[in-house]
Amino acid sequence: MNARYGMVIDLDRCTGCGACMMACAAENNVPPAMPSATYRTGITPMLVRKLSNGKNGADSREAFIPITCMQCEHETPCVAVCPQQAVELDKSTGIVMQIPQRCLGCRYCMTACPYHARYFNWWDPQWPAGMEKSLNPGVSVRMRGVVEKCNLCHSRYHSASEKAAAAGKTEIDPADYIPACVEACPTGAILFGNLADEHDPVSTAADSPDSFRLLERIGTEPKIHYKTTQSWIRSLADRNSDRRTEAQHV
Amino acid sequence: MSETLLIDRRWIARGAERASTARFLLWLAPWVFLLLLGIYAAGLCLYYGLNQTNMDNRFAFGMWIFADLAIIAMGAGAFFTGFLVYILKQEDLKPVLNSAVVVGLTCYSGAVAVLMVDVGQPLRAWFTFWYPNTHSMLTEVTFCISCYLLVLVLEYIPVLLRNRQLHKIPSFLVFEHQFHKLVPVLAGVGAFLSFFHQGSLGGLYGVLRGRPFAYRQGFAIWPSTFFLFVLSAVAVGPSFLMLVTAAAEKVTGRRLVQPSVFRKLGFISGVLLAVYVAAKAIDTYVWLNITSPAVGFGPWDFYSYKPFSSGLLFAAIVPLGLLPALLLIMPFTARKRGWLLCGAALACGGVLLNRFVLTVQTLALPTLSFDEFLQYTPSWQEVATFGGVIAYGVIVYSLSYRYLPLFESSKGADKNVSLD
Repeated sequence: MNARYGMVIDLDRCTGCGACMMACAAENNVPPAMPSATYRTGITPMLVRKLSNGKNGADSREAFIPITCMQCEHETPCVAVCPQQAVELDKSTGIVMQIPQRCLGCRYCMTACPYHARYFNWWDPQWPAGMEKSLNPGVSVRMRGVVEKCNLCHSRYHSASEKAAAAGKTEIDPADYIPACVEACPTGAILFGNLADEHDPVSTAADSPDSFRLLERIGTEPKIHYKTTQSWIRSLADRNSDRRTEAQHV
Repeated sequence: MSETLLIDRRWIARGAERASTARFLLWLAPWVFLLLLGIYAAGLCLYYGLNQTNMDNRFAFGMWIFADLAIIAMGAGAFFTGFLVYILKQEDLKPVLNSAVVVGLTCYSGAVAVLMVDVGQPLRAWFTFWYPNTHSMLTEVTFCISCYLLVLVLEYIPVLLRNRQLHKIPSFLVFEHQFHKLVPVLAGVGAFLSFFHQGSLGGLYGVLRGRPFAYRQGFAIWPSTFFLFVLSAVAVGPSFLMLVTAAAEKVTGRRLVQPSVFRKLGFISGVLLAVYVAAKAIDTYVWLNITSPAVGFGPWDFYSYKPFSSGLLFAAIVPLGLLPALLLIMPFTARKRGWLLCGAALACGGVLLNRFVLTVQTLALPTLSFDEFLQYTPSWQEVATFGGVIAYGVIVYSLSYRYLPLFESSKGADKNVSLD
């Protein structure tokens, strides 16, 4: 059976520590930012952003929301627009794959992505002397002029598949495939699993009344869900999501 | 003009009055400087990468895409004039045909040159032909722009071969004579390709489901912006041709075409512009009241950020749409050259604004509710590269005017022009 890998990120548990961002960068050989890079030119396939209710004093509330590729399932915006098939939706995993070796660097996919979860390599990747020894041999580095994004640590999926094949199995062991950000989160805020498996905890969490997806009404069926019990976060982050679920909170 | 001052007189058509060589070189000098600056800036971007620009992950498209869409719309006069002359048999527009081909060629080749700098891996451009994604509007753009550029080059060859010296070569003469028979076919092919090219540039943004400001419903696989871009391009193409011709007349101090040609171009432009404005108004109404609210964006969510207020929408439809259409159509204003050119300039301004809104405003507006409005200012390298393309256009047009019979068919205009 085809899998649909996805996440449920519990915003009530997220402390904004950034461990997921660090783990993502280390796992995926993201080079250190150039001195002249800004937050708009850096490469952050997992990016923790701050939410605020805009009030002052005792009424002030803040929260954090990790933004990554939403792995859109339906009419995936970036897949449809890429002129040379450098982006594809893997039907067997539900992962939206980026092929940097085929990327033209036209950045049309970045324009198409409503979540701003795609990143361009504005500079040649460079590591301080000696640091290149710490690179992950399972992930190829990306050259200047191509787009990249989160692929749910696909190299780990490969490793899990190889392990399963070596053991004569056709299905991977869920314990063998856990993305780096999920592994690194100290509060366990990120739940990862197969949304197509109704017994998987991630499916149960995604169906919870507390869960929602960003820009749900655009109709791209993202596989990254968020969860919170705080109504102000829902009203801020969930402005365009399904109003029926929001009504249950009121 | 004294023959002694025309060092290059052997290359100029016999009887044609042209400025002295020194004066011509003086005219070219600033444009050559601008072109060299543009080449240097483009070289920096190619060598060091697109970090030389002020584009970023959020403003992934910048000034260059706006410039591409704008100059390609302006270059629509080439295919549309060819279509009018050869397919619809509007022979009285023939005097501007060669000029239209040069304008189209410079616009399209300039746009392709900028695109080659704009992509991160220009050496992979052939991948689009090898691994084409047939669902992508950019694939359609790439195929059509490449093929149409080839058609424009082919259309330019007969014009080029009519140069006084080239015309003396018998094989060229025969080739030009035979090739000329193909020109109506090329005009038809060019019209077909350019129709889809202009449309797919509109579709480029119209299909962006994730950008409610740009997303439009449409017909079959094409969003409404596909058809609006075609319509606006054919409406503004003749207007731009008028402006270029008027500028050439001003610079050279000669009457190059009959006023009746201007009036006809203006009338065609005005009528098409009126149809475009009506279609645009209907499209805007449907988008604001149906398409956009359906995905959770209120009608005026997009216009609450300064400086992109609803005034821009009004400007694109009324003062830069309806008004120039009336100026170009109404006999009272169309009879007067000043009003005619004013209408043409406003029409071009409206289409430029439309391209700006669709490219820049779309990216500036936030999609996530907790996101902020974004600003972007092009770097000097981006501006210089664009300036280089403008200079390239002026230089090619100037050289073509000097050495080729751009307006030879115009009765009584640029008179005494003859070929050996």
